[in-house]
Amino acid sequence: MSILLPENAKVIVQGITGREGVARTKLMLGYGTHLAGGVTPGRGGEVVEGLPVFATVKEAVARLGNIAASVLFIPGPGVKDAALEALRNGVKLLVIVPDRVPVQDVLEISAASRDLGARFVGPNTLGVLAPDRWVLGMMGGRAESARKFFKRGPVGVTSRSGGITSSIAYYLGQAGVGASTIVHVGGDPVVGMPHPQIVRLFQDDPETQAIVMFGEIGGSQEEQVAELIATGAVTKPVIAYIGGKGAKEGTRFSHAGAIIEGGRGTREGKIEALLAAGATVVEDFDALPAVTKEVLSSKGIEL
Amino acid sequence: MKISDVYAIIRIFAVADIRETVVARLDEHRGKQLLSAVAIPIPTGDRAESPEAARLLADSLGGPCVIKALALVTGRAGRGWVRMAGSADEAANIAAELLAQPEVQAVRVEQRLAIEREMFAAVLVDDRAAAPVVVFSSRGGTGIEEIAGRYPESVVRRHVEIRDGFAPYMGREMAASAGLTGQLAVDTGLLLSRLYEAFRKYDCRSIEINPVVWTAEGKLIAADCHATIDDYAVHRHPGLGIRMAREIGHDPSPRELLAYEVEKHDYRGTFYFIELADPRTGDNYVAFHGAGGGGSMMSMDALMKEGFAPANFCDTSGNPPASKVYRAAKILLSQPNIVGYFASGSGVASQEQSQSARGLIKAFRELGLRVPAVIRLGGNQEELACELLHKHCADLDAPLEAYGKDDSARYCAERLRALVDGFRPPALPRALQPISPDYLPSDAYRFATMTGTISIDQSKWTQESAQAAVDSCPTKILKLVKDESERRGEAMLRPEAGNADGGRSMASPLRVELAISEAEAKKGKCIECLACELASFEHGCMAVKIDLPMPAVPDGGAK
Repeated sequence: MSILLPENAKVIVQGITGREGVARTKLMLGYGTHLAGGVTPGRGGEVVEGLPVFATVKEAVARLGNIAASVLFIPGPGVKDAALEALRNGVKLLVIVPDRVPVQDVLEISAASRDLGARFVGPNTLGVLAPDRWVLGMMGGRAESARKFFKRGPVGVTSRSGGITSSIAYYLGQAGVGASTIVHVGGDPVVGMPHPQIVRLFQDDPETQAIVMFGEIGGSQEEQVAELIATGAVTKPVIAYIGGKGAKEGTRFSHAGAIIEGGRGTREGKIEALLAAGATVVEDFDALPAVTKEVLSSKGIEL
Repeated sequence: MKISDVYAIIRIFAVADIRETVVARLDEHRGKQLLSAVAIPIPTGDRAESPEAARLLADSLGGPCVIKALALVTGRAGRGWVRMAGSADEAANIAAELLAQPEVQAVRVEQRLAIEREMFAAVLVDDRAAAPVVVFSSRGGTGIEEIAGRYPESVVRRHVEIRDGFAPYMGREMAASAGLTGQLAVDTGLLLSRLYEAFRKYDCRSIEINPVVWTAEGKLIAADCHATIDDYAVHRHPGLGIRMAREIGHDPSPRELLAYEVEKHDYRGTFYFIELADPRTGDNYVAFHGAGGGGSMMSMDALMKEGFAPANFCDTSGNPPASKVYRAAKILLSQPNIVGYFASGSGVASQEQSQSARGLIKAFRELGLRVPAVIRLGGNQEELACELLHKHCADLDAPLEAYGKDDSARYCAERLRALVDGFRPPALPRALQPISPDYLPSDAYRFATMTGTISIDQSKWTQESAQAAVDSCPTKILKLVKDESERRGEAMLRPEAGNADGGRSMASPLRVELAISEAEAKKGKCIECLACELASFEHGCMAVKIDLPMPAVPDGGAK
């Protein structure tokens, strides 16, 4: 089973008539995603890749029935409006691909989705991909590439960096380690489903036997995952790589963040927390597939 | 650090120099203007860019005043950048001293305050809670972090339901929790609610007042202000006059400003560029062209392991059009004293790598490639990308090697080391060999694209090359028009009734034209992938020229 998208769920694309909308609709259809239609304001009645385009999400829901997910390809400034439109019309999962979404807009989307029992991935995400089943977003770029790159298997992949998401999944696949679901949580500091939430979903997913996580400096997502492992909320093995070795701290401009806790967000801090909790941390990115295989076989997990 | 502390966290504002950061810092003067706009009292004063201006301001304040260097850092007091002046003359002298510092472009001259008490107030985005958080400490001032550590009972924080906002009564509740009473608590509550208003109104990532001063006269005044504006929202606030909404820790260089301009008006994909060093002073500097933050950081690690130093950090990712990659490459190549060009991001990118390849090819051929280049363009369309690069960069002054996802960043860095060590620049640089014509007839067919112009010299086409150009367009916006001989004959007889190009159709039986309207092409149906220009070149006739203007890059040309 893959995480996030229920079986037979209907998906729409918001911004379907734009440059990215058209290209990624092709990708998603080619890869097997159950796309039912799309929405672009003012363009109702058009057809994209054989899919009906509606002017509003409301109309899309009225004509297509219940929509489980929407993938957004809309320039940053317009995302909030489109996201709220989807949420208020009953869509329970958004994949917000574009970047440059103002952070306070993301806060509003977050509040609305909490209220409505919905979830969103991103913004600034390549999306989510379940090998051999579906993709939401732009991971892989083209259907043929996606089919070549990603193999199905027992490892859940979660990453804060887009290109690295596909890279990790690809290199793991080359080493014979397939993925259950591949998630790019998004590159922005505030995202709908950061690492800890995705890791929890993997913990509850029967198909996932182990979790590979690519983290980065800044924020506390990886520390929170360490806490989940330490408290026993996550028992499946976690193999992590934390990027940003060469990065230095810049000049600081404000104190507020530092007042409550010092030293957060550093690479060393994250590695320390993860190791202390019992996760495996890889220092050399190229060694990730081999280490993952080792961990899997030591736990008796078959590939 | 205990794991159990995790739940008491507010995200640290840890800034890495080479990681993309997304805020614009406002100096104290600009920050105080935001506070004024929401009716938070600030000390009387103004900005001065010269000692004379400082003197005049001091005069208007009656003589004694405070001179504060306007700079985008904390800890100014410790550096002697906040000074008391007893007179207008002294003010002028202090200003002169401060303005002599390279990081200081201006100072703020303001009234002195009779400080009874110093407190701290801030509103920031709590990433983890995905909500704003208001922070207040009844003890504030210099060394606030240590103070807060020593007196945690004075620090109160409260998350805000963004749809409900932050009302003055919530501020009063916070003040009371921090031990304040009476009018002070009331005024503090009001100040906190107004600070939240400023935070929302200006799309701040954070806005901080340290210290909030309670004066001897019983007034609450914001003695300082540090505000950061979300880069992604800067376009909503033209009045803030933010030239470059990127926090890079120094005043933007001409190249960085240029790069920002390229990015500002084109939301397709990302282009981030920041200079890291002054390459003039070394001999191991490489122009670095990354794609995707995570992969780029690892590629830089690989580069540095080979003993190179990146002259810059650059990221073109998120599926940018070839035009953006072209402009990025031009900026990178303009850096002086570079010994190599290293492009590498994530091994497996989802973006169209063939577009990146075409952008690089156009730049390398137009400007010349004078230093070895290793390009790692793994992922979607990597085979085509590598093929194009090898084919069209084989005859440049310096060698170029292209790799894909099955070659590690480390291997590619090793290749660059080998190429650089073995490279001897030719005594006489070869003539530049761009892929498009230098000269175009004045009546060439032209249409505008989102950020440039495509010109076509219709007289150059052959059947094969014209068809190839039309076929190369991924969005199919071009068509091949063949003039029949009757029409040609008619045009000869009655030239005034001929085509808009004045009868030249006689000499251009083949025309490649837009199959859509010019407006549609300009709006974005032409995706600036540069395929038609390259296709025309590949088929031996340079009929297409794509102009992608950009203000002149500084220091033109690599060594």
